[in-house]
Amino acid sequence: MAANNGTLDKKGRPVVVVTGMGIVTSLGQGRADNWAALTAGRSGIHQITRFPTDGLRTTIGGTVDFVEAEPFCAPALSENLADIAMAEAIEQSAIGSRGDFPGPLFLAAAPVEMEWPQREELARAVGAPDPSDYHTLLEAAHKGRPDLHERFVFAGVAETLADRYGTKGSPISLSTACASGATAIQLGIEAIRRGDADAALTVGTDGSIHAEALIRFSLLSALSTQNDPAEGAAKPFSKNRDGFVMAEGAAALVLESLEHARARGAKILGVLEGAGERADSFHRTRSNPDGKAIIGCLEAALNDAGIAPEDIDYINAHGTGTPENDKMECLSVEAVFGDHAKAVPISSNKSMIGHTLTAAGAVEAAFSLMTILEGRIPPTINHEIPDPTIPLDVVPNAARDASVSRVLSNSFGFGGQNVSLVIAAEPS
Amino acid sequence: MTSPAPAKPARRDVLITGIGIVSSLGEGLDQHWTALNAAGPNVDNSAFAPYPVHPMVELDLSTQIPKRGDQRQMEPWQRLGTYAAGLALASAGIKDQPEILERTDMIVSAGGGERDVEADSAILTDLLKTNETGLLLNERLSSDLRPTLFLAQLPNLLAGNISIVHKVTGSSRTFMGEEAAGIDAVRTAHARVASRQSDICLVGGSYNAERLDMMLLFELGNYLWREDWAPVWDRIAKGGGLVTGSMGVFLILESADHAEKRGGTPIARLDDVLADRCKRQPGDAAAIAKGQFEALRDRIGDGPLAVLSGATGVEPLASEEKAFLDGLAEQGTDLAVRAVGSRIGHGLEAQFPALVALAALTVSHGSLFPPLDSTGMERESSGSITQALITTWGHWRGEGMALVSRAT
Repeated sequence: MAANNGTLDKKGRPVVVVTGMGIVTSLGQGRADNWAALTAGRSGIHQITRFPTDGLRTTIGGTVDFVEAEPFCAPALSENLADIAMAEAIEQSAIGSRGDFPGPLFLAAAPVEMEWPQREELARAVGAPDPSDYHTLLEAAHKGRPDLHERFVFAGVAETLADRYGTKGSPISLSTACASGATAIQLGIEAIRRGDADAALTVGTDGSIHAEALIRFSLLSALSTQNDPAEGAAKPFSKNRDGFVMAEGAAALVLESLEHARARGAKILGVLEGAGERADSFHRTRSNPDGKAIIGCLEAALNDAGIAPEDIDYINAHGTGTPENDKMECLSVEAVFGDHAKAVPISSNKSMIGHTLTAAGAVEAAFSLMTILEGRIPPTINHEIPDPTIPLDVVPNAARDASVSRVLSNSFGFGGQNVSLVIAAEPS
Repeated sequence: MTSPAPAKPARRDVLITGIGIVSSLGEGLDQHWTALNAAGPNVDNSAFAPYPVHPMVELDLSTQIPKRGDQRQMEPWQRLGTYAAGLALASAGIKDQPEILERTDMIVSAGGGERDVEADSAILTDLLKTNETGLLLNERLSSDLRPTLFLAQLPNLLAGNISIVHKVTGSSRTFMGEEAAGIDAVRTAHARVASRQSDICLVGGSYNAERLDMMLLFELGNYLWREDWAPVWDRIAKGGGLVTGSMGVFLILESADHAEKRGGTPIARLDDVLADRCKRQPGDAAAIAKGQFEALRDRIGDGPLAVLSGATGVEPLASEEKAFLDGLAEQGTDLAVRAVGSRIGHGLEAQFPALVALAALTVSHGSLFPPLDSTGMERESSGSITQALITTWGHWRGEGMALVSRAT
């Protein structure tokens, strides 16, 4: 280690550190506001007012209503949320110069497609024939709407952000469903370890609460229907948990090799020691009852970091609050951590911010770093009725001061894509 | 004082040891080779008129997706991809080897968004007649959307289905972003294998062209060709345009030592993959391509070079690419161009993987199939072909290049 000043890890790879973070969620804009709310146990979940919710089984969400996106469409809000988080992360990192970020962009973004207001607008542009169908829309499209093409191509958001921040090379937009934010970080870690980049900008963003998105998740019976009080709906690890709450947000991390960060005198916020991944082959929305993929994912992350379960001080849970997820996450933690499982605090940020879906892995990685930096573990709120089958220390209802030097942050996605990150304090 | 940067570890060779491909030309490498050497494409000018498409050949899905229940859970684009992934695993000889599949990595370049056209049309028609659009949407979407449709159109669920059907579970990432997603998926898979982050990786994508809803996005930017089919370069004279084609393409990229240990046979070697972006001011894309070609030049031998171009036919981009390729020839590179879109059509996320597959096929045969156009841009090549260059300029964004060589 001495030979390289500690800039290589136990496996001889460049150490990857975080030097900037930006966060926006329904709790607020920026690290400070989010952290204050999160450690106060405040919920960002509320009745949805963006569109009428009459007749819907779920009428609540963690929409970010203070960020403008007019007229609303998911990629527009997702872009604006990512923009806010990226600006804050780059400012904290003080890397590069304005509009000239010295590395690639990895963007976890929700899939985009044309939404109903645009379909309606197109059909009206050609006289709203009765009946209207895709021939109608194509006829309208042929008149030329390059603005809508650029808005709804998958590459659109990343291209705009790559231009604005001057990231290098081809920006990668990715989706591993609810693990996307963590996958973006994992891709950044790998690029730096390969020596392909000295720095990377990894972002997770999701601003896609509109009627159809809400209804789709509702049709999968994935959402909590306990609409009143809204702030009580997200109940991870509770016996009466009944689903997740859709939410919006974004987080950005500036990743650098330790060597690059030191060379420019950057303040190091934490180390990304390891990333582990395992895909499930069991079912499209459920994990294998034996927990094999999730257990393998947790173990792969620990192995990648070269550490033992006892080295983990805190687990930032995926903790969606669906009956299935929390049961499987508990089972996997018990399998991997053994006797140590009961001793490790595990809490779910989603009890307060809801499930920010594509952004969740990134938002929760940022909160994991803040947990280390601030020495305070955010609680799992709404934990009134403990689930006796989940005998873990879920940090119920109130934040807790604790010295935390290493966090395991879990993200498990629909489609069986699982990613865990090991995030540690800067080595002294 | 900082120590000198650690030297980048030596890159290792990346082999293509398996290819699964289905398109309008057929199923598997042999049928594609036969079709590329025969005259004419498989094209349907009428079904989606005025937009011609290259339709998928008939497939017996049950040969790669045995469970009907699995087939029902997918929209066509996912079935094409899952089917092609199965062919790729079989081609590499690892289809029934759980020990290898369990640690096989996967990167999928995916679109998605296939919708229920009937349901959408009915809802749209009623939406245009009401002032209570929000209420109508809530009521109709709640009752008219099939719950499983959501999963069948989510981009990352192609990878999910491949894991479920074929048991590839080492890792799973899905890149989105049209042509660039395909370029970056192959680029990332190559970089991971070359740098020892991965030993074996399944990479590819699929596209279902035979849908009005998928055409809408491209017609908004007036990218589609609206006349009877013509080869890619021939479209330039009439203003240009792209013709989409249905396809599913997956590659197995593997380190040479891993392939050797398990007895895998290389089809070709993937030397390198490069990707970049620009805002498409005139000359931008050509400037990127020139830089990419320079970066690869050391590895390009003296023999004739096949260039499999992913040109979409969209103007003015096709003209810019044509000028770039003409320039390479004028500067002394002995090259023979084939715009493969003239036969398989344009498959967005799947296009770059398809070009890599057909480049591997070409160098494995050691010869190039005949010209596909009638403008004279594509010249006969009678020499022995051991290397193929791939270019892909996305219809809107993304410029990629790769070099494929005969495996030695």
